[in-house]
Amino acid sequence: MGESAILFKNVSRHFGEVKAVDDVTLEIHDGEFFSMLGPSGSGKTTCLRMIAGFDRPTLGQIFLYGQDVSNLPPYDRSVNTVFQDYALFPHMTVGENIAYGLMIKGLAKDQRKKQVDEMLDLVRLTGFADRKPSQLSGGQRQRVALARALVNHPKVLLLDEPLGALDLKLRQQMQVELKAIQQRVGITFIFVTHDQEEALTMSDRIAVFNLGKIEQVGSPADIYEHPQTSFVAGFVGVSNLIGGEVAKRITGAEDKFSIRPEKIHLSSMDAKADADMYSATGKVRDVVYLGLYTRYLVELDGGGDLVVVEQNLKSTSMDVMKSKGQQTRLMWKKEHISKLGG
Amino acid sequence: MLSRVSTYLYLRPKLVLGLLLVPPLLWFLVIYIGSLISLLVNSFFSLDSFTGQIVREFTLKTYAKLFETSNLQIFARTTIMAALVTIACAALAFPLSYYMARFATPRMKTFLYIGVTLPLWSSYVVRVYSWKLILAQEGIVSWFARIVQLDGLLDWYLSLPIVGGPSLAISSTGVFLVFVYIWLPYMVIPIQTALERVPKSLIEASSDLGAKPAQTFRNVILPLAFPGVIAGSIFTFSLTLGDFIVPQLFGSSAYTIGRAVLTFQGTSNNIPLAAAFTMGPILIMIVYLLIARKLGAFDAL
Repeated sequence: MGESAILFKNVSRHFGEVKAVDDVTLEIHDGEFFSMLGPSGSGKTTCLRMIAGFDRPTLGQIFLYGQDVSNLPPYDRSVNTVFQDYALFPHMTVGENIAYGLMIKGLAKDQRKKQVDEMLDLVRLTGFADRKPSQLSGGQRQRVALARALVNHPKVLLLDEPLGALDLKLRQQMQVELKAIQQRVGITFIFVTHDQEEALTMSDRIAVFNLGKIEQVGSPADIYEHPQTSFVAGFVGVSNLIGGEVAKRITGAEDKFSIRPEKIHLSSMDAKADADMYSATGKVRDVVYLGLYTRYLVELDGGGDLVVVEQNLKSTSMDVMKSKGQQTRLMWKKEHISKLGG
Repeated sequence: MLSRVSTYLYLRPKLVLGLLLVPPLLWFLVIYIGSLISLLVNSFFSLDSFTGQIVREFTLKTYAKLFETSNLQIFARTTIMAALVTIACAALAFPLSYYMARFATPRMKTFLYIGVTLPLWSSYVVRVYSWKLILAQEGIVSWFARIVQLDGLLDWYLSLPIVGGPSLAISSTGVFLVFVYIWLPYMVIPIQTALERVPKSLIEASSDLGAKPAQTFRNVILPLAFPGVIAGSIFTFSLTLGDFIVPQLFGSSAYTIGRAVLTFQGTSNNIPLAAAFTMGPILIMIVYLLIARKLGAFDAL
């Protein structure tokens, strides 16, 4: 990866007694689609606001392309934000909203208009310049907010849960579109979300936040397949966490492990596990048929539960229901298990 | 019985709506519109100057009287006073409202809110009279001016035409000060409400897009607070136009609309002229609102 776009050096932000961000060190690369993922109150939005300049770090420093911006006001930073509530100016038209940054810079009117039209084309709102924000749908407002930020050619674009207010279908469509726009303009995007699926879909890298600290930074595949902490394992996707006695019985070590439900296979009691697999036996206590797949809750012999998910490739709901109460052998590849710290 | 009534009403939502609206509508039609109509009708009557009786025949004679120079001066004087009071109230109220809406802690805000509205709890006349004590010849202001040795300046100011007078308590400056004092709450509250409704994210968005605080104020905050300023100015402007107590107590012999109406109606029993005079402020307010609309005051509503 290239030079660093954003660098956090031991950054903390305290609100009275509360440590909203607690000693975070983080590097975001130039041109990256970077997501900050975490539950509400985990510090991800505060980090974003400190990059934008709406908040200042209590301790530590923030660098934007090598320049220390920790104490720079928002209007002196080449960073733009797409707000969660879009924050479009209600008394201005769509065109005036998009041209706002250019107007402040003192660009002539005809040049502003040209750039606004280009932006409207980019976000597929050609011809909307004279409408008022109140006449637009949520998805359209979202695009205007994006255009208003991008028209200034910021070095870094910040997006604060911009898809949160959209319905599922529109959200999925916008995810694809955002990613496409990012690749076209080549600007570093920093995307804050609490939706793990969104983060996994769009990001080059993800930082998972919890209680003001970063739990793990990595590519989506890395985060999903090799969670390093039990928080990440539980927050990103669904995981079985095993530890103590149960872990020792299966793996021989007493550490904490996580295993994804879809990596576990149900087989008959007499099936034999290969050398590269772990295996355990148990009784199917619960079966939930979910159409595309079925979720099983298996009570292990000797204690502990595992959730198993299998796709209904050949089985019908009648078939899967029959397995309830049956003894079964569970098997999964050793490489699919992740050892957790913390 | 009660449940049968409930069921009967439940099945007839329009009847319920009617029952709810009849009292306020009656009040509105009879008291509000009715009195306005009677005012309008009376303004087209005239007074027989010989008998002192009202002649109930349609005439424009009374309206013609409004265009006599002395009466036009009354309108001009009152309108200018109302405009100055409104500007001063807005200038004082805006920073205070801005602080209340954006920066004050909830405790501080409650405190200021009570502080601003507290004067409204006591009698208007009492408050106005208390200003007599402040502005009178031997009052607090001239006493203080003497202490800081600015009494010369005060005397010089009072000697000026139009704004001056025998003392601050009998001058248009006095009228102005008291008006600003009594109408200020009516300006603070609408502006504060308007500013409070401006989401913080809009201000952040503006500065995010490169606007310095002064630019954000001019391009975002002021336009969005403007309807509040207009709402407040409607109060301060119209209340000043119609008030007769303050000019009576603090003014020189120069009449204002309110005092004129009071005199025509009360002293000389010239109800038609009083009614025609009252149409003046109504007309001025209509013109005022049209200008406000032209300026875009109601665009953001």
